[in-house]
Amino acid sequence: MGKLERAMPWLFVAGLLIGWEFIAVAFNIPVFILPRPTVVAQSLYAQAGPILENSWVTLVRTMAGFALAVSLGGVLGVAIGSSRLIYRGLYPVLIGFNSVPKVAVVPVFVIWFGTGSIPAVLTAFLVSFFPIAVNVATGLATVEPELLDVLRSLGARKSQILMKIGLPRSLPYFFASLKIAITLAFVGTIISETVAGSQGIGYLMMAATANFDTPLVFAGLFVIAILGIVMYAIFAVAEQRMTFWAKRGDGFFT
Amino acid sequence: MTAFVEISDVSLMYPGAGASETLALDHASLSIGKGEFVAVVGPSGCGKSTLLKLVSGLHAPTKGSVIVAGHEVAGPIKIVGMAFQNPIMLPWRTTVDNVLLPLEIVEPHASRFRTNRKAYAQKAKALLAAVGLNGFADSYPWQLSGGMQQRASLCRALIHEPDLLLLDEPFGALDAFTREELWTVLRDLWKAQHFTVILVTHDLTEAVFLADHVHVCSKRPGRVISSRNVDLPHPRDKYSVEFVSLVRDLHNGIAEVRAA
Repeated sequence: MGKLERAMPWLFVAGLLIGWEFIAVAFNIPVFILPRPTVVAQSLYAQAGPILENSWVTLVRTMAGFALAVSLGGVLGVAIGSSRLIYRGLYPVLIGFNSVPKVAVVPVFVIWFGTGSIPAVLTAFLVSFFPIAVNVATGLATVEPELLDVLRSLGARKSQILMKIGLPRSLPYFFASLKIAITLAFVGTIISETVAGSQGIGYLMMAATANFDTPLVFAGLFVIAILGIVMYAIFAVAEQRMTFWAKRGDGFFT
Repeated sequence: MTAFVEISDVSLMYPGAGASETLALDHASLSIGKGEFVAVVGPSGCGKSTLLKLVSGLHAPTKGSVIVAGHEVAGPIKIVGMAFQNPIMLPWRTTVDNVLLPLEIVEPHASRFRTNRKAYAQKAKALLAAVGLNGFADSYPWQLSGGMQQRASLCRALIHEPDLLLLDEPFGALDAFTREELWTVLRDLWKAQHFTVILVTHDLTEAVFLADHVHVCSKRPGRVISSRNVDLPHPRDKYSVEFVSLVRDLHNGIAEVRAA
């Protein structure tokens, strides 16, 4: 990778922020409508304590929901992908479930569990498990029949075929879904925190909105974006390590 | 001599809706002695590959019976090694781990695989060396050429020392030089270990170069319509007069089948 290629993401972000700053100054946009990046940075610095505290809460909730999504979504994906009966029975229900806007479910969770961490964790889980389940199922369902013949002709049991072929074959799909799911999990947590929370970045942003403290709202958005990028990068590295065999060329890049 | 593989009066219908049902094999019979090298040739789509799937137990016949080593085939049987037209390696495993795959499945190896892993890996590497893949054991299959992958695939078919080797056009996708080199590799392995081989191919030279008996299939629905013995001594010279005339005979026979 060349120097320029490495620098590209930073250059692009810098360009974006500078452009934003310039436009905000040039058109004299009021701070409570669209704060300039420098004002957001000041707010980040001034409120560093509460922001850190609440980000941590959001991060922990997100990871808990995400962990649930990975385990349950993974199991569900394997079940759907390896059994036609389960696929038939469960798939329509899953799609229906996924179509329900999660904002609408949060109040129900609050009635059941109060306003603590549980609604946030559950919402993060609900938003993020679907792509994992679908991808794992797709990975299993698209195993080449020739691969199966190799194992079947040896007299392999179904569980052996799953372990030796199915699971390794669906790992690239699984990791691809993790990158989507982790960003979705943040969305889930923050939806829940904004609807009904007493802690977390989402709550902080709602409180800031009520005070017309737009720079703090944007500071919250920045923190969420950064958290999302960091988590995405972590899973991208894990993917690269675990499924290097699935990505052998540069793909479509030239 | 009782036959090692006895295919008697077998028909196979691939299911489909109404007229899309296809009769792949129609009262086909074939009998193969232990240690024999048999080639099945015929026009494409004549049910040659279906025949192998029946023998391996991947498919059950609609009518008739398949007996291997004295037992009627009712499901996949473990004394079989199989290689296909494509090498079908698992891309997440190194070449040696691909070759070891059958040992993780087939008993008695599977239950002692963990404790004997080193010895098994040695055996796999020796086999890889025998087919000219010395030093490639730890490469991934996608780092190897098509011919090298096919060699590895042959090793995988043989690692568990099957009594019966089923080959479904394994050299069909290779260039001529690699193909002929692999013929000699296969011949030498067969001479050394004396397993029984059923080779499905549409390359007549390949069939005559390797096999004791060449069986010709009719076009779909397939049936064995003629058989030729190849009595030439190994190593065979594919430019000798006898060899060439045998290939020509088979060629003419198949041309008639196709025209019929």
